[in-house]
Amino acid sequence: MASAQTLFEKVWNEHVVVAETADTPAILYIDLHLIHEVTTPQAFNVLREKGLHVRRPDLTLATMDHSTPTTPVTSFKDMAVVVGENAARQVRRMQENCDAFGLELLGFDSDQRGIVHVIGPEQGATQPGKTIVCGDSHTSTHGAFGALAFGIGTTEVGHVLATQCLLQRKARTLALNIDGDLPTGVSSKDLILAIIGQIGVDGGTGHVIEYRGSAISAMDMDSRMTVCNMSIEAGARAGMIAPDDHTFEYLAGRPRVPQGTDWERAVAHWRTLKSDADAVFDKSVSIAADKLQPMVTFGTNPGMVIGVNDPVPDGGGDPSFRKALDYMQISAGKPLTNTEVDVVFVGSCTNSRLSDLQQAAAVVKGKKIAAGVRMLVVPGSQQIKKDAEAIGLDRVFTAAGAEWRESGCSMCLGMNGDTVNSGQLSVSTSNRNFEGRQGIGARTILASPMTAAASALAGRVADPRPFISQGE
Amino acid sequence: MMKPVTRIQSRTVVLPTTDIDTDQLIPARFLTTTSREGLGQFLFHDLRFDANGNADPDFALNQPAADGCGILVAGNNLGCGSSREHAPWALLDYGFKAVISTEIADIFRNNSLKNGLLPVVVDADTLQYLMQNPGISLDIDVTQATLALPDGKTIEFPIDGFARHCLTEGLDQLGYLLQHETRISSFEEARQWKP
Repeated sequence: MASAQTLFEKVWNEHVVVAETADTPAILYIDLHLIHEVTTPQAFNVLREKGLHVRRPDLTLATMDHSTPTTPVTSFKDMAVVVGENAARQVRRMQENCDAFGLELLGFDSDQRGIVHVIGPEQGATQPGKTIVCGDSHTSTHGAFGALAFGIGTTEVGHVLATQCLLQRKARTLALNIDGDLPTGVSSKDLILAIIGQIGVDGGTGHVIEYRGSAISAMDMDSRMTVCNMSIEAGARAGMIAPDDHTFEYLAGRPRVPQGTDWERAVAHWRTLKSDADAVFDKSVSIAADKLQPMVTFGTNPGMVIGVNDPVPDGGGDPSFRKALDYMQISAGKPLTNTEVDVVFVGSCTNSRLSDLQQAAAVVKGKKIAAGVRMLVVPGSQQIKKDAEAIGLDRVFTAAGAEWRESGCSMCLGMNGDTVNSGQLSVSTSNRNFEGRQGIGARTILASPMTAAASALAGRVADPRPFISQGE
Repeated sequence: MMKPVTRIQSRTVVLPTTDIDTDQLIPARFLTTTSREGLGQFLFHDLRFDANGNADPDFALNQPAADGCGILVAGNNLGCGSSREHAPWALLDYGFKAVISTEIADIFRNNSLKNGLLPVVVDADTLQYLMQNPGISLDIDVTQATLALPDGKTIEFPIDGFARHCLTEGLDQLGYLLQHETRISSFEEARQWKP
């Protein structure tokens, strides 16, 4: 009998075409290749130069999300006015490439389009045990389903298009044990921010993280996706969670999952995808979920994070730390709760799913956001937009004074014209508070949807818990 | 197809900041291109230039001493963040041939190797020495995976054997994968579990 294996090792072993040796990396088979407009044009150029075709169009799923407008436009011409000529050209090129290479595109006119890491699971294309790659670092999101999912560069996008395979060295494993119940007002976003704060933005480098423990078992799939999404912010190659009944219930009946007896067979296989009891991880870290509070970042990477009522640390004279505080115009020694807010963004592949929008809506319902605050709510997909509108969330947000948009990556990285102005402070549910990420000179504080919504009401960084108890 | 990289002899430019992310290397608004050419002008754009497009004289790359430097020395965890290959494309187009840090983020390191930009990971003492002595000439022997300091001291650095082979021979890894087409087809046919 084979020795005890981790979840990662089980999925890895099922996909080895050629085993790795001291001299050569493994050839790893890829089950699902998600592609979008930003990181593919140069890969398609290489295919054209070499006269290659796409090996498995049936395992390739395309959409457009980064450069697309979030205001309603119907033509490429109108799009150029909103997002600029270059972004519109990139979107058009995606359409041309998918047509030329015979790929299914959930394009600009599709009601199934959305952020690539939202629609994969939503359409049921993301499944346990699959290897999933995309030219986007937040591909780690799909690991919430027990898939091995990671971001790749454009050269590797070309490799997968042409061969459905990648050259890979096997990663090390890191067990993150999270036990206890998350308190009211504390979400999986706060958990992953706390994890990154603890292990650091390079704490996962070279590793695949497996999130385990009672807090993870209790989480719904939207919350698990938020956790796995930000694995890359700890430097990890991927994040994974063993599939369970939450996973199967989420996937059941979705368009791209196996049907009928194939479904039963699939679930039976998926149930084997968990780390053996005596499996050995290279590293192990534990976190108590019940001790957590709402978290906010204060610096320019996601590891610079504190509890919302805690004072900003001084960094002990580290010049990079000093530089980050200077950029953020934040002083050490005080909490962030009096910091004035200009913009609130609820969206991104981290926090744009229906339950994220519901959590934000529950905070703002029947109230008005503070004067001078701009709040942008961008659903993760057109389907989520529709579902949210069916239960009236759009009206909750617009009545509070927020903007309700079409789906896309939007203000997470500001490629489509949705940006934060220089010097403005943004409380954002996205994943990166890097310098200039949301716009030149933009200052970003990462937080949960509840904290973001509470901050919009208060006009300053706010602990969401008082707003939640009032609402109930 | 790629130019072989066997030896890099150049001076260093130093950015001591830790956790330099790919958004700093090339901001997202420059990713709307459909080409990989000409991205050097956008490298570190928002650190090199102010909002009016004026060069910041204090930024290391804008100083005359940085002219012609082909090796970037940076603080720990260089290249964290996004998977954008535009980051190594911009560094190469600007004229860099190697980057050195105590840690280099996985995807950025991988992307760099695929394009002939050499990622060199050194120990903390070596990095400190390099930071305290900006502008020195280094001699990097890729075949031997060694880095020679001006005082003659030689330091070995880790590099995956296959990646090194591809770098020094100028080999395209896609070609290697395509050679395994038969193995890939048999794998597809033989899989016990097909999603």
